[in-house]
Amino acid sequence: MYKTPDGKEIFVIDAHTHFWDGSPGNQSNIHGKQFIDCFYAYHTALSPSEELWEKPKFEKYSADDLYRDLFVDGPDDMAIIQTTVLRDFYKTGFGCIQRATDLAARAKDRFIVNGAFDPRDGEKALEYIHFMKETYDIQGVKLYTAEWHGDSKGWRLNDPAAYKCFELCEKLGIKNMHVHKGPTIIPLNKDAFDVHDVDYAATDFQGLNWIVEHCGQPRIDDFCWIAVQETNVYGGLAVVLPFIHSRPRYFAEMIAELLFWVGEDKLLFGSDYAIWTPQWLVEKFWAFELPEDIKQERGVDLTPAVKEKILGLNAAKLYNIDVDAMRAKLSQAPVSVAAE
Amino acid sequence: MREDRETEARFLSEVWARLEEVPDPELDEPITAMGFVELVSLRDGGRVEVDFRLPTYWCSPNFAFLMAEGIHREVSALSWVERVDVRLHDHMFAEQVNEGVNGGRDFHEIFRELSDGTDLAELRAKFEEKAFQRRQECVLLALRASGVPPETIVAMTLDDLGRLVFEAEDARMQLPRYRTLLVARGLARFGTDPAFRTWSGAPLTADGFADHLQRLKSVRLNMEFNGALCRGLKRARYHEHTAGDEEPTLVDFIRGRVPARHAGAAV
Repeated sequence: MYKTPDGKEIFVIDAHTHFWDGSPGNQSNIHGKQFIDCFYAYHTALSPSEELWEKPKFEKYSADDLYRDLFVDGPDDMAIIQTTVLRDFYKTGFGCIQRATDLAARAKDRFIVNGAFDPRDGEKALEYIHFMKETYDIQGVKLYTAEWHGDSKGWRLNDPAAYKCFELCEKLGIKNMHVHKGPTIIPLNKDAFDVHDVDYAATDFQGLNWIVEHCGQPRIDDFCWIAVQETNVYGGLAVVLPFIHSRPRYFAEMIAELLFWVGEDKLLFGSDYAIWTPQWLVEKFWAFELPEDIKQERGVDLTPAVKEKILGLNAAKLYNIDVDAMRAKLSQAPVSVAAE
Repeated sequence: MREDRETEARFLSEVWARLEEVPDPELDEPITAMGFVELVSLRDGGRVEVDFRLPTYWCSPNFAFLMAEGIHREVSALSWVERVDVRLHDHMFAEQVNEGVNGGRDFHEIFRELSDGTDLAELRAKFEEKAFQRRQECVLLALRASGVPPETIVAMTLDDLGRLVFEAEDARMQLPRYRTLLVARGLARFGTDPAFRTWSGAPLTADGFADHLQRLKSVRLNMEFNGALCRGLKRARYHEHTAGDEEPTLVDFIRGRVPARHAGAAV
């Protein structure tokens, strides 16, 4: 939990974290190397210098590192681990639901492990969704549409095969769709950052929650427009939040837009660990105040109550977490590095 | 010998000046300002080689293609240039982009399998609109900051635009760039035509001024997001030092970015 300077205890759900293995030993090809290199560039480009990691640790960190950075040195009460497989780039997957589940076993109440599927697998994807529900009882999935597979350089949320998967998810009660809009390659003659497929999927699957990571940036205008139309579209602040350090004025403009269009009940904190660690992000976020002119222009404010929603209460609703009960439960099992 | 060196320096300087006309389509900033161009080499027989690289291996290939094509087009426009070889490095589709652009093949031919059969016209138009909006916002904000009321701003003409002088560096840079697109699109032809319209040609009104600025802002927020990331990622990827750490090279002298303490060493 995060304790504010005036002593208030804030319940923090880190809605976007990873437990990856991007090390050379797990890389299948140049793409695997370039992928983790790109993540590392994000890390070094937007972290405060005192938070920088060495490359080898960044490529593959331990379960202890994660536990300590999130819960012991970090402010998280709970963390959602997103699975990003990238099977064409990594031998045993960049992320892996089994690996994440093993990690989560050390503090079951603190972790939510989300699955992943690839609609391009057709029938096999449907079988795999059944398998994940039965084996891991997943409540959500991470959808990475920019993933390469064979000759395919990505997929879209409104592909017919994807719709079959969503129908099944809805039926099985897998409700939270975390969409990562990375730069997609196909069709190559179109805008690589287009987010309109979210609009189709969210309209057609009203029973599912669509959490768009990094708020659809760099198409925040399109994302905001979609989020206004669709009541089931949420914004994940991963990647957006670190700008609070390097470009605070710009961050203020972004968050004001998001509060105005998407609203304070539909924004979710996520550190994107291990790209960034949550402690400095939450500290800076809590201390952050919107400049007066930006507040006036949009008629929004980032009050402590709003921050508390973004840091945990909004995600708690999506994952049916009773915050008071969970607070009490977690206080019975305090975090420690020795906990195994 | 000295003459050769002078000619070479002049040619290099001309190439760099052309390269400044090539924007990153997503950011509407010159690829030179983004630091994407690594090296310009002059070879015998009017041959020029341009090496460039982007912030990540994953940068969208269509953006990469547009930049490579822009480099080829701009440098080819110099009268003494016989042949241009553009080389994109460290990119997932470097080979295809280079072969295509240097061989004069168009986008559609190179990426047949990955595109849906149409060319890049729609994408180009989209980026051109965004560039226009970003440039316009910069000019409008500068006017507002200097206390000009909306009703005066919306009544300004192309001639008025020509008389403006801004203090702020970004507005000074964007003003002529805005004017270029305004005229190129035919949104203003004569000196008495309005200086500010929307991309689709609607005149701005004092009542709609605040809303219009909000729309332009969201365009800028996107572009700034990418611009900031691209700069940061590129610096991180190539372990670049902050400006001023390195000894200047020939390019720095040519482009006038050598601090005074080094200037005496100029060739």
